[in-house]
Amino acid sequence: MRELALNILDICENSVKAGASLVRVSVAAADDLLTIEIADDGCGMDAEFLKRVTDPFTTTRTTRKVGMGIPLFKMAAEMAGGSFSVTSAKGVGTTVRATFVLSHIDRAPLGDLADTVVTLIGGECPSEFRFEVSVEGKGFVFDTRELKAELGGVPVSEPEVLVFVRDMIKENMIDIGGETL
Amino acid sequence: MKSIADIKAIREKMQGQINLRDNQDAASETRIVVGMATCGISAGARPVFNTFVDEVAARQLKNVKVTRTGCMGMCALEPIVEVHVPGEEPVTYIHVDPDKARKIVANHIVNGNVCTEYLIGDNK
Repeated sequence: MRELALNILDICENSVKAGASLVRVSVAAADDLLTIEIADDGCGMDAEFLKRVTDPFTTTRTTRKVGMGIPLFKMAAEMAGGSFSVTSAKGVGTTVRATFVLSHIDRAPLGDLADTVVTLIGGECPSEFRFEVSVEGKGFVFDTRELKAELGGVPVSEPEVLVFVRDMIKENMIDIGGETL
Repeated sequence: MKSIADIKAIREKMQGQINLRDNQDAASETRIVVGMATCGISAGARPVFNTFVDEVAARQLKNVKVTRTGCMGMCALEPIVEVHVPGEEPVTYIHVDPDKARKIVANHIVNGNVCTEYLIGDNK
């Protein structure tokens, strides 16, 4: 993974698979600290699974016995002087939180968040998403529920809609000074 | 700052087309499915997905859906893309990148010629 936005995409896929109806993603940069949080209301994990969720040999997929998504995200945070935590409760949901020292030499760039959003909301996605991004107090919110209300029946997955959303998020990222994160 | 309200123009343009399309058989839809698990993402599936979205939007292709799926169990061959054209056998492309994605849209989706050089059978 070369960008933290790719980690976000990867972790959000877990939330979709967990049957989440809402996934809240927050990206906040302030005082030399970048905090990324992905919180869902999906099926959650029991205490036993949660204990070994950062182990690369833990996975729910059946095609292979390794699961690198969470371990890679954890590594990215710890490499950059940050911290990593997963909290979860069966039937309630899961929250993944990672922090990064912004100025740390080994911190991966945030990368293309707009591409990540488009990839998540394109295709058949049963989950709603809410993205909150802020840089030193300036921020924006993108919520698929608001988008759907504006679209009045036109599917979010229409390529022309996706291109609009990508351009919008790219512009907003520039406006809040987040494109260089 | 651009906002969601600015999407009105697209909505008005699309609504007429969607109504037309809803009357068609759903089975006439072409689907482009991109593998988007950890293995696919780290191999470059996200730019591939976004290139397909761009190409379908720019060419105004109707009844073509870009969607994603989980791990197909062949992580070393990612990014993997399946193309389902109605009435034809599904086709699996491997090691796809944005350039190949553009060619797949032009040759396979638009012109109906499968890009045999990117198929799983010849490259595994």
